[in-house]
Amino acid sequence: MPSIPSTPGVIKASELALQEQVKSSLADKTPLAIQGGNSKAFYGNPVNAERLLDVSSHSGIVEYAPCELCLTVCAGTRIVDIDAALAENQQMLPFEPPVYNENATIGGAIAAGLSGPRRAYSGSVRDAVLGVKIINGKGEIISFGGQVMKNVAGYDVTRLMTGSFGTLGVILEVSLKVLPKPALEATLIQPFSHEDSIQHFTSLRKTGLPISASCYYDNQVYLRLSGSEAYISDLYKKKGWGTPSENNNFWQSIRNHTHDFFQQTNKPLWRLSVASVSPASAQLGADSLIEWGGSLRWAAKNTPTNIVKSIAEKKSGHAVLFRGNIPEVQTFPKPEPALFMLHQKLKRKLDPQGIFNPDRLYLGL
Amino acid sequence: MAGQVIYNVANIPNLKILYCYLIANSLIIASPHTNQDYPAMMLEDESRSKLLFQLREILSEEQLITDNEALRPYECDGLSAYKKLPVAVVLPETIEQIQHIMRVCSSLFIPVVARGAGTGLSGGALPHEGGIILGLSRFKNILDIDVDNQTARVQPGVRNLAITEAAREHNLYYAPDPSSQIACSIGGNVAENSGGVHCLKYGLTVHNILQVKIITTEGDLLTLGSATLDNTGYDLLGLITGSEGMLGIIVEILVRLLPRPESVNVIMAAFDKTENAAAAVADIIAAGIIPAGLEMMDKLAIEAVEAFIHAGYPEDAEAMLLCELDGTAGEVLEQSTLVKQQMTNNHAISITEADEPEQQAKLWAGRKSAFPAVGRLSPDYYCMDGTIPRHQIANVLSRMAELSESFGLRVANVFHAGDGNLHPLILYDANIPGELDKAEQFGAEILKLSVDVGGTITGEHGVGSEKIDQMCYQFSDDELSYFHAIKEAFDPNGILNPGKAVPTLHRCAELGQMHVHHGKLPHPELPRF
Ligand SMILES: Cc1cc2nc3c(=O)[nH]c(=O)nc-3n(C[C@H](O)[C@H](O)[C@H](O)COP(=O)(O)OP(=O)(O)OC[C@H]3O[C@@H](n4cnc5c(N)ncnc54)[C@H](O)[C@@H]3O)c2cc1C
Repeated sequence: MPSIPSTPGVIKASELALQEQVKSSLADKTPLAIQGGNSKAFYGNPVNAERLLDVSSHSGIVEYAPCELCLTVCAGTRIVDIDAALAENQQMLPFEPPVYNENATIGGAIAAGLSGPRRAYSGSVRDAVLGVKIINGKGEIISFGGQVMKNVAGYDVTRLMTGSFGTLGVILEVSLKVLPKPALEATLIQPFSHEDSIQHFTSLRKTGLPISASCYYDNQVYLRLSGSEAYISDLYKKKGWGTPSENNNFWQSIRNHTHDFFQQTNKPLWRLSVASVSPASAQLGADSLIEWGGSLRWAAKNTPTNIVKSIAEKKSGHAVLFRGNIPEVQTFPKPEPALFMLHQKLKRKLDPQGIFNPDRLYLGL
Repeated sequence: MAGQVIYNVANIPNLKILYCYLIANSLIIASPHTNQDYPAMMLEDESRSKLLFQLREILSEEQLITDNEALRPYECDGLSAYKKLPVAVVLPETIEQIQHIMRVCSSLFIPVVARGAGTGLSGGALPHEGGIILGLSRFKNILDIDVDNQTARVQPGVRNLAITEAAREHNLYYAPDPSSQIACSIGGNVAENSGGVHCLKYGLTVHNILQVKIITTEGDLLTLGSATLDNTGYDLLGLITGSEGMLGIIVEILVRLLPRPESVNVIMAAFDKTENAAAAVADIIAAGIIPAGLEMMDKLAIEAVEAFIHAGYPEDAEAMLLCELDGTAGEVLEQSTLVKQQMTNNHAISITEADEPEQQAKLWAGRKSAFPAVGRLSPDYYCMDGTIPRHQIANVLSRMAELSESFGLRVANVFHAGDGNLHPLILYDANIPGELDKAEQFGAEILKLSVDVGGTITGEHGVGSEKIDQMCYQFSDDELSYFHAIKEAFDPNGILNPGKAVPTLHRCAELGQMHVHHGKLPHPELPRF
């Protein structure tokens, strides 16, 4: 279903309908589970709310001027529709958000703060957000940031909303920085062992090669090299790599988790964010999948939770239980007490009645 | 140089950066007038002695300044039109001392204003008469450079340029490069979310830091963000960046370093119409190129620079562009061809290319000395900082020319065209009665214009004390209340930098400004005068 174009400055009926629902939830003190395409229902703790707030019908591009490198869309717009609209102008979302099924919406991508394969090279979701319009905890519609690249007036509410899992408000609209889409994205596959792949990624970071994605899996390192056709062909020639060939299916399967690795649904899937150079972990095994030049490591394993967590922490990072249920284990590691208290204070100030997505990010928040 | 420069010792971290300091002072409104909006709130003697007594418990004599003469250097930042004396200046050297200071001030309800290098241009580090200045100048160690992970862990008082200098031997650098980079502190950069000429491609401070440590008003030490590429929980790192000392004291920063580009090319193009230069900017971006920097200067600025340092700028031009491209040699070559094509298509009257570092440095020297150069044209000037959508550049510049005519004040434009961040320099003479007021009114009109065309009142200099009234114009009461709610979560007693960055609703109401929010008038049914 193509999204319906919106007119800037005109308030859509769907926006007012969402506001009405929030107001009535405030009136009868009934928490809301906010939902876009429901493609990431597995991610995060179960929401402690019976009433659903469906944002998916609030969709459409509000404003898109390719030369401004900025796109403003309603939160319910599907990512596949955004990708298509941008591709018509040879542009793209720099953070390549995952599309776990085609109903995935941009609002969900922002709220979950998830970035795809390009993240280590052209930035994350939070690097691309420029402005938001939200319904706050009082049922008011307010806007922050804007459509310009530089804006330091007031606190950065846009980033505060990004990755907050809808616990602070309903995202109605978002303005995003977009980038030119490279003419050619070639995929280079080279054999490397699990341990050597990390060293390889580290040396690649110093080369200035036009890498736009990287992955280690099953004794091979995959690199995506992006640029104009002439430039990439020339690079391949100089390096003796033969003729550049695209393999978009591979990168789509990593981005959208359709790759075989992500299909092992019988085991918990751990997402470890670590310092890029940390040595490959023997405990996590050679069957793990590595992205982002070594910084993101996936493990589908029954390894005990405390071991997975300590592996991540030793590498200055953290582990997220991305998929699967382990009794007593929350999706995200709980922040240390003083930091958690600050989360609670913000939540209480911005959602005083606690109606937005209770528990989804942290139990009790 | 500009007249009425007030030399301010605290603004000179060392003599080597005197040059920058001179630049700073040519930027300011040199005529001293006090900020009447915040009535003096002197501390009662009893609170004052309690405060000093408790501070003395952990600070040495030279870490606690109370003598009026010694306080004088801290009375203002780079915007020296606003001046106040604090009760005391504290210069701690350890995290524990800062924690203690925060606990003391919390318990006594004493305002705390953090200060880095004091180069801010919006009066963010302006003291509070009833409070202390918490100077971070002694936190100037680079704690660690991690070459393989390409990060540096630094203390807040480290100068921006010092990070790049320290990383140079590893062929790395820190990307955000405000023009004040030889003087400003990285802590101040985080607090202002500062940009520079290279932020079009490499982003602002917020895109180039991974983690900070802050001390809260309760004295807790918190780590925000993550040393890795992913973070969980609320993006408090994003929230603290650009928070202008209102939410916490930044005491350590983990910055991202980048490998130096293999190749750099600088292209200068002259135009006989401003519209053509503006159209070239839009076309370069539309051609799929993100230059490392894309700067624009108008006729008055070009003339000023040529008279000052002879950078070789085209004096017959109405406007010029300076475009820097970087990357691998192949990329740079390819993009240079495209950029020149867009410049030619938009009727550039001359195009000059500099691929040697010395030639490039000469071209950039003109841009970087533009502010002091303009400073020579007039006794005083006032620097603005609105950001607008790129397609509005030509329109806004011509509206500005009309305003210049009606106010009878000249304006020079030197700005970050690539990201639409304007820096109009309004020329005036503070010795002529009424000219300063006129300059400020002119500035306020430019900021309103920026908001009306879909932009913002500040792209990188912050709101501080200076643009507090324009915040009423950009944000609705509900939005301002939201900011206050965030502030209360961090600082329930409002002791951090009170009165800055976010106006009270009361203040906005008193201003009685007709509030045009997002281009929508309140009560559109009523006739307007
Ligand atoms: C000549 C000149 C050129 C400039 N060019 C640019 C430019 O190109 N781009 C740009 O963005 N800016 C520019 N600036 C503005 C200024 O240099 C920046 O805003 C800079 O980041 C301020 O750093 P500072 O250390 O001087 O901060 P200060 O002026 O000391 O403080 C600025 C604000 O940050 C707060 N603060 C400082 N340190 C801390 C801390 N550790 N924790 C919490 N809060 C803190 C202060 O309370 C204050 O609100 C320029 C200024 C001058 C004078």
